[in-house]
Amino acid sequence: MAITCFDGVGLSALAACVPKHVVDNYAYTDHFPAEMVRDIVDKVGIYERRFADEQTCSSDLCYAAAEQLILDNEIDRSEIDLLIFISLTPDYRMPASSILLQHRLGLSNNCIAFDVSLGCSGFIYGLNLAFSLMQQPNLRKALILDGETRSKVYNPKDRNVAFLFGDGAVAALVERDPKFGKSYFSMNSDGSRGDLIKIDAGGYRQMSSPETVQEKVIDEHGNVRSMENGHMHGGDVFNFVIREVPKDIKRLLEYSGESLSEFDFYVFHQANNFMNEYLIKKLKLDPAKVPSTISKFGNTSSVSLPLTIASELGNKLSGHKKLFLSSFGVGLSWATGIVETEDCVISKLVEI
Amino acid sequence: MDKDFITLFKEAIERDAPVNTEDKFRDYEEWNSLAYLSVIAVIDEEFDVIIEGNTFRGLNTVGDIIAEIEKHTA
Repeated sequence: MAITCFDGVGLSALAACVPKHVVDNYAYTDHFPAEMVRDIVDKVGIYERRFADEQTCSSDLCYAAAEQLILDNEIDRSEIDLLIFISLTPDYRMPASSILLQHRLGLSNNCIAFDVSLGCSGFIYGLNLAFSLMQQPNLRKALILDGETRSKVYNPKDRNVAFLFGDGAVAALVERDPKFGKSYFSMNSDGSRGDLIKIDAGGYRQMSSPETVQEKVIDEHGNVRSMENGHMHGGDVFNFVIREVPKDIKRLLEYSGESLSEFDFYVFHQANNFMNEYLIKKLKLDPAKVPSTISKFGNTSSVSLPLTIASELGNKLSGHKKLFLSSFGVGLSWATGIVETEDCVISKLVEI
Repeated sequence: MDKDFITLFKEAIERDAPVNTEDKFRDYEEWNSLAYLSVIAVIDEEFDVIIEGNTFRGLNTVGDIIAEIEKHTA
């Protein structure tokens, strides 16, 4: 059973960065009639998104967030012994973006750096990895850099996905300190559902070729994409989430001995408003304790959970707080987390 | 239950025109991936049944959905 438990290690600061270019979803009508767009946008509750320009990568957004984090928390760069970069939109197929970020941020060569290629569930996995490695007494500080440029993955002519995704990044500081209480994580995987959210080509199973970048009509509705664009069976993912996520939440609560009502905030992956409203109802949560950024940033994959904390809980994490985290998506991969924070420092949102 | 489900189904997919058990729901102009989402949600909410994606793909008429729900609630 993949449940982990930690004591005395925690999330001490968070900084987020989003591209300054705002996409008005109602006006995203180049390929579909305005009335259809309005219906979709209202249903998914995503009114604005941020799109990075052609030159800007996930790692650039992470870099800007990390610089803000380092500045605001007066972090000595030489004390950062671990850098985890989480993204499905890295700079290159090799080398790992984490290592380029080590250099760019001026971190020591004696710093552990590696990439984690997970989507929506990624930040909770990142916390679990950082908390695990920070059990080593020689590691002083850890950075989790989580960034996505989902806007570059999906075809604007495929209405199944055209209105959902956006770009953003967060930098999180993880430190060891007895002031942090216990934290718990549950992590899950189901590769039999790998086809539900996928980019078919451009990896090594089906390498990039003139054919894989060719746009094609893919269904009777006239949606268009290439084999290198992402695709998603949203209904089936939703179906899976409403069945499995509440079960995982129950399992983690049973393990930790806590009740779902006693948390200060519940932060979910921001897939779409319909999904989150449904989970709030199903889990009987107080909506006032469930911050949301879906309307202004859309689905930013692994970034959406920490971006929601950074954007919405900026002045609400002073003192001792208990956070309940849940994220789910591509893989399929899903995770639940219980994290306690102590005066967690949240930087002002950076826009580049 | 047929009548109750049809009312809920019509609300979920936002269809004003009549819905009959023998109708092929995928032929409705209101049917799309968001309608699918709403139908799954309402079935879970009202009948406490979650129909697998693969199973749902095999259902063709409104009556098929009702029969599938009844399989789980009987």
